[in-house]
Amino acid sequence: MNINISELYQELIIDHGTQPRNYHAMSDANYTAEGFNPLCGDKIKLYLLIEHDIVNKASFEGAGCAISTASASIMTEMLVGKTKQEALDLFTDFKKLITTGDDTCTNLGKLLALASVKNFPSRIKCATLSWHTLDSAIKNKEAIASTEEF
Amino acid sequence: MRFLELEKLRQCFPILDKKVHGMPLIYLDNAATTQKPAVVIDAITDYYQNINANIHRGAYFLSEEASRYYEEARTKVQHFINAKLAKECIFVQGTTKAINLVANSYGEKYITAGDEIIISAMEHHANIVPWQLLCERKKATLKIIPMLPTGELDLTKLEALFTPKTKILSIVYASNSLGTINPIKEIIKTAHSFGVPVLVDGAQAIAHLPIDVQDLDCDFFAFSGHKIYGPMGIGVLYGKEKWLTEMPPYEGGGDMILQVSFEKTTYNQIPIKFEPGTMPIPEAIALGATIDFLNSLDIPAIRSHEENLYNYATEKLATIPGFKIIGTAAHKISLLSFVLDGVHPHDISTIVDGAGIAVRAGHHCTMPVMEYFKVPATTRVSFGMYNTFAEIDALTQALLKVSKVFKR
Repeated sequence: MNINISELYQELIIDHGTQPRNYHAMSDANYTAEGFNPLCGDKIKLYLLIEHDIVNKASFEGAGCAISTASASIMTEMLVGKTKQEALDLFTDFKKLITTGDDTCTNLGKLLALASVKNFPSRIKCATLSWHTLDSAIKNKEAIASTEEF
Repeated sequence: MRFLELEKLRQCFPILDKKVHGMPLIYLDNAATTQKPAVVIDAITDYYQNINANIHRGAYFLSEEASRYYEEARTKVQHFINAKLAKECIFVQGTTKAINLVANSYGEKYITAGDEIIISAMEHHANIVPWQLLCERKKATLKIIPMLPTGELDLTKLEALFTPKTKILSIVYASNSLGTINPIKEIIKTAHSFGVPVLVDGAQAIAHLPIDVQDLDCDFFAFSGHKIYGPMGIGVLYGKEKWLTEMPPYEGGGDMILQVSFEKTTYNQIPIKFEPGTMPIPEAIALGATIDFLNSLDIPAIRSHEENLYNYATEKLATIPGFKIIGTAAHKISLLSFVLDGVHPHDISTIVDGAGIAVRAGHHCTMPVMEYFKVPATTRVSFGMYNTFAEIDALTQALLKVSKVFKR
């Protein structure tokens, strides 16, 4: 099978992957979590300011590949204005998109640019690292979020 | 090596005909594992078709045949690394298992609270974690030989690390993430002058350097079969007879005993003392076939071919924008670890994979080395005997494409 590299590394991914949005620490964050992918060493720290159940601000820091950075960058853009449950639902829909290719959920927006990650199984964990970290932050898990689920 | 000789050599490896994403496979991750020649694959099939029986315990034809082949393989290993005795070569799962065996068995007998173990700053996790586990159990201390920005060890600091409490030094011969070849003989001599035995992690060195354990005078030497074109699941722990005889068993089970009763068990002699249960017998025999295969080749010609590949790659890849080599030691095996400014190694690996090229991206199980060089990961290309200059040209083109995708 031939793989289509330019489908994975489309303009939007390169843009967010090399010039991530909301890439900074946040001093007034009230929900934070760290994520780590032990296979590749990618690290992320996620900051959220959630007031009255609504995400008001989201930002992140860390070192990762273009896929994980773009995914985190787009995520922080999309979270603002969502309730905690809506944020978690978006993770579920995003996971469905990049594992099964199901793009029927209407709320995916820019995340659709990551749809072809499905064709690169070794990169799915790159795309989901920031989202696992989001899950940890919202559920206030104490451990560092990992892409390794057992 | 001449073109025709190289073509003939490549034909020994069936997988090299494979297409990846419609492109001919270019395999440049030989430091992780090497491809297998047909003679090695056939040896495993032959075992199951013609020899299969358990060894050392059946008084019948097949079992005796299997035992004979297994012990012959051990003798081949002995000659391959020039051990004094065949029984000094213990079959184990691989390098990691070999180090764990020594850390547990030697550690159990000789390490007590307050003792010290020396390793280096460029160790693979497999030569860090077993010692950390031992230190935790025994309340011992781990000391580290520091590294220089070239990726060489700072051996001016070595002597000062030894104290009367130092019980073992365990060190890598050639680094898997930097390529550095350590002056191992000199290090062993220094350690011995303090009365400290040395374990050499030979996982990478075994594929690129002639190994003579008697000349090195190392106390232990560990390597894996799969990194020298042999099967996975089999490796060797060489140990001087004196140590292996004195050390207690690491794992208990069948075969490794002389007599068992509920009151007292007496253990078998080496090497069987350290080979409990049913071993990967076909893999051990195929490791013997691997050594036969290597002995049939012009090894000096292969070494110089690999060196030429390394030099050619160093020159070609330097033309790529933002290219920087991590690890610039004067003596290196044919392995290049590098970063491209502004592009993460995983993106590099995925993009060159699109051209059928397998390279390694990540921390290479050497997180402290990544930390030292302040990089999250590197891309690594490592050459084997079958790689070609054309493959390096293809890699260069693929890396230029990476730069284009990332607008560097």
